[in-house]
Amino acid sequence: MIGVVLLVHNLVPNSVTNFEKPQPYFNILLIIVFILSLLLAIANTITKKIKVFQYNSPRIGVAFALIGIYDLATAKFGWINTLFFPNPDKIFGALVNNSALLVKCLGYSVWLLIIGWVIGGILGVITGVLIGWSTNWHYWLDPFVKFLGPIPPTVLIPIALSAFPTSFAASAFLLALSMWFPVTILTNSGVASVRIDYLEVADTMGASTIQKIFKVALPASLPSIFVGLFNGICASFITLMVAEMLGVKYGLGWYINWQREIMGYANVYAGLIVLAIAFSLIITILFRIRDHFLKWQEGLIKW
Amino acid sequence: MVARTEEIRVENLRKVFPSRDLNKPDVVALDHVDAKIMPGEFVSLIGPSGCGKTTWLRLISGLEVPTDGAIYVGDKKITAPGRERGLVFQDPNLFPWLTVQENIAFGLKIKGKLTQEDHENIAELITLVGLTGFEKSYPYQLSGGMAHRAAIARALVNNPEVLLFDEPFGALDAFTRMKLQNDVLRIWHERKTTMILVTHDVEEAIFLGQRVFAMTPRPARVKKIINIKLDYPRKRDDQTFIALKEEVLSVLDFHNI
Ligand SMILES: Nc1ncnc2c1ncn2[C@@H]1O[C@H](COP(=O)(O)OP(=O)(O)O)[C@@H](O)[C@H]1O
Ligand SMILES: [Mg+2]
Repeated sequence: MIGVVLLVHNLVPNSVTNFEKPQPYFNILLIIVFILSLLLAIANTITKKIKVFQYNSPRIGVAFALIGIYDLATAKFGWINTLFFPNPDKIFGALVNNSALLVKCLGYSVWLLIIGWVIGGILGVITGVLIGWSTNWHYWLDPFVKFLGPIPPTVLIPIALSAFPTSFAASAFLLALSMWFPVTILTNSGVASVRIDYLEVADTMGASTIQKIFKVALPASLPSIFVGLFNGICASFITLMVAEMLGVKYGLGWYINWQREIMGYANVYAGLIVLAIAFSLIITILFRIRDHFLKWQEGLIKW
Repeated sequence: MVARTEEIRVENLRKVFPSRDLNKPDVVALDHVDAKIMPGEFVSLIGPSGCGKTTWLRLISGLEVPTDGAIYVGDKKITAPGRERGLVFQDPNLFPWLTVQENIAFGLKIKGKLTQEDHENIAELITLVGLTGFEKSYPYQLSGGMAHRAAIARALVNNPEVLLFDEPFGALDAFTRMKLQNDVLRIWHERKTTMILVTHDVEEAIFLGQRVFAMTPRPARVKKIINIKLDYPRKRDDQTFIALKEEVLSVLDFHNI
């Protein structure tokens, strides 16, 4: 198995190293990956113990093989339009050359996201608990949630951009809204469906209403709340990208859109790669947090 | 045995569940129930299924409010649940998000930060119910019998004056059930808690109770009180034990079914 992967690794860098190119970075990446996998493979054949490597090497190998094919299709033989599909060399070069701006844009986007999540998440849990726990609050707040919630926050972008003094505040508001709705709905359903027996157990222990909410209803709703957080984060990604492409003057979405307008397609792909890595990392972190908080659940599905 | 609690008086107790369906009559679960339970006594309640035993227990715990009549502990009328009356439910109902230890500590945690004494108390309870080594386990990792032990320990942590059991061992295999019955007796001897145990198992009622309250079908009333004057630990194959079983069964009319 390792041998096959090594062969694939061998083939890919070789097909590229013989090629003249303006940017050295892609080549460097390939060489580093190649040397790394070679070292790991040697270490593995000696100790037979590097499980992570054994498990992942086939798919990493295939991934690089695919990049190699793409490289052949663009840089080497020019089978497809290289204006819209720049070769990996150019993309990787763009990634490295623009890294400072990309990191700045990423930082801006992530900072906005975090503000939106915190505000929307906290308000969502509060609203969800209120309508899930108290029939009075349910009576007054439920129509409000049901009316406002289903509106896609992206529709509100033009209004928000003109209503708020800064586009930063407008984006933060929209992101909070994206987070708020799913968290509210799923906290509500979690709290409303807490097993009555758990609350009665707490009653016989002399728990107060506040204690029943915080020590029984909320922990019991955690699985549901995490589904809400997941949905909210995914919704906020969409909202953020659309907002940045429509009017916000910073961030990854803005960068990608701007580069598209000036035909900098290599930079567009560089932006997309950063975006994909960042968002996938964020979701992974969320699931790690969830795994920690829900370790009491039997047969929890890991991310 | 020195009693540390007060007697429980049940006076003219009536509980009606209003029907949600207009075409159906209201459910009268209990009617004219009178009883007196002595401090530190062990009482078994037995009766046909659906007669109102759970309802009675929930009224004593304060989870339900009587339609008529009242229950007193000493001269205090029961109006709401309180930590001085523990209830062990039919299902263990452990909080799945807490470990065994945290579940048992729950009653103390809501009173405030745990003291050194609290920690010792919890450790002692874990030993008492034989769960040493499982302190950090989550409920899904426990067997049925272990979960029931944890539930009993959780109810005991507040050191209640009265401990109510609602068919707690019904779902367990015979062997585990017998072990837990012995555990309950041991706890009763050590803590001198007043115990009221609902069961549908005649043998269990006689094995545990100093008195067995046999109930009528719904609406439940106390049909007959059978005194069990056997010394603990009781032997299930004893002649008197078997005779008492016959007596309870005939009071419950099981022979005519
Ligand atoms: N919350 C409730 N609402 C309506 N009816 C109830 C409720 N609780 C119990 N009952 C009815 O009261 C009767 C007695 O129930 P229960 O006390 O659970 O009986 P047991 O424990 O003796 O089997 C049953 O007919 C049951 O359907
Ligand atoms: Mg019952």
